[in-house]
Amino acid sequence: MAFIDYYKTLGVDKNASKNDIKKAYRKLARKHHPDLNPNDKEAELQFKKINEANEVLSNEENRKKYDKYGENWQHGEAHEQAQREHRESQQNYQRTSGSQDFGNGEYSDFFESMFGGGGSYGNNRSSARFRGQDFNATLQLNLKDVYTTEKRVLTVNGKNIRLTIPAGVTNGQIIKIKGKGGEGVNGGPNGDLLIEFNITNNTDFKRDGANLYKTINLDLYKAVLGGEVTIDTFDGKVKLNVKELTQNDTRVKLKGKGFPKYKKDGEFGDLYITYTIKLPKKLSDKQKELFEELAKLQ
Amino acid sequence: MKETQLIPITSLCTHYQLEMSFFNGLNDYGLIEFVSVKKTFCIHQDKIADVEKMIRLHQELQLNFEGIDAVFNLLNKIDSLKSELITTQNRLRRFEDI
Repeated sequence: MAFIDYYKTLGVDKNASKNDIKKAYRKLARKHHPDLNPNDKEAELQFKKINEANEVLSNEENRKKYDKYGENWQHGEAHEQAQREHRESQQNYQRTSGSQDFGNGEYSDFFESMFGGGGSYGNNRSSARFRGQDFNATLQLNLKDVYTTEKRVLTVNGKNIRLTIPAGVTNGQIIKIKGKGGEGVNGGPNGDLLIEFNITNNTDFKRDGANLYKTINLDLYKAVLGGEVTIDTFDGKVKLNVKELTQNDTRVKLKGKGFPKYKKDGEFGDLYITYTIKLPKKLSDKQKELFEELAKLQ
Repeated sequence: MKETQLIPITSLCTHYQLEMSFFNGLNDYGLIEFVSVKKTFCIHQDKIADVEKMIRLHQELQLNFEGIDAVFNLLNKIDSLKSELITTQNRLRRFEDI
């Protein structure tokens, strides 16, 4: 457990006045407040640190104790601990819990050792009931996983949560599950669980919303003379007629063969196939002769 | 709107230990919308998360109503830019490896 320099955390010197500390705290709190930096773990951590520093330095008694023991707090602690235990057994007081949304378990080991469990020193803490913290989770899926609606069981904070993942969810989409976040404080309602989908595409298809795009190679002879090709779609193979004299980069649309539309049961986007015409890499003598003949006809 | 989904402002005052004037202020600045049911002002339960955020901004950062309004507008802007960024990134993937 390392010593934490609370003055450094707040960016003030050891002789700072109460007002300087308050000013420094407010400035840093505005910068790192979790509500102003949603989903930013670093800001949340920083906010906890400055809160802890403020808890100590803004309270005269705590500050005196902190200044007295400083880096030697571990030795001073033994004496204080004995005194505290004595006081606690006599007073048998009840602590109010640290009751802010970000307030649970936010004290460092250093703070806990020096001042005891968090909660009773907060100068702006109240016993109001607050909604629990929202939990954020990322769910890694493959594109094929979200082609159909799937049910999954997730374990979040030791609790199993049954989740239905609707077909057609997009990469980066966030689904909110009400009441499955952190427990409310002092009887407040639970927070929500926010699940972000991180969808990896390991297929040959490119996806844009519900539409899919695929490029397939077409040999020269089929492009010139026309014919039939079999292509893989998401729900099986499809035979496609290739028109005579199909040009390079020609795009054809297969209606309804794309991806399911999110929360629109039975509706699908389209699949766009782009032909890339491949020229032969080698010609036999006979083929060469025939091409020369063709060239003469031009 | 179901009445069971509405929470009287007076309950919020007791719950969060705040003055009625705070909620009136939020309403005056258009940050929340009161719904009147049988002469009682209420707000919809879905707005509670936002209300709590406003309370935290007010109590922990000493932001006034104008400040809270500015913060909410900017956070909404960040949200919409984020979702635009995700959509654009998803679209861009179509052209990768070409």
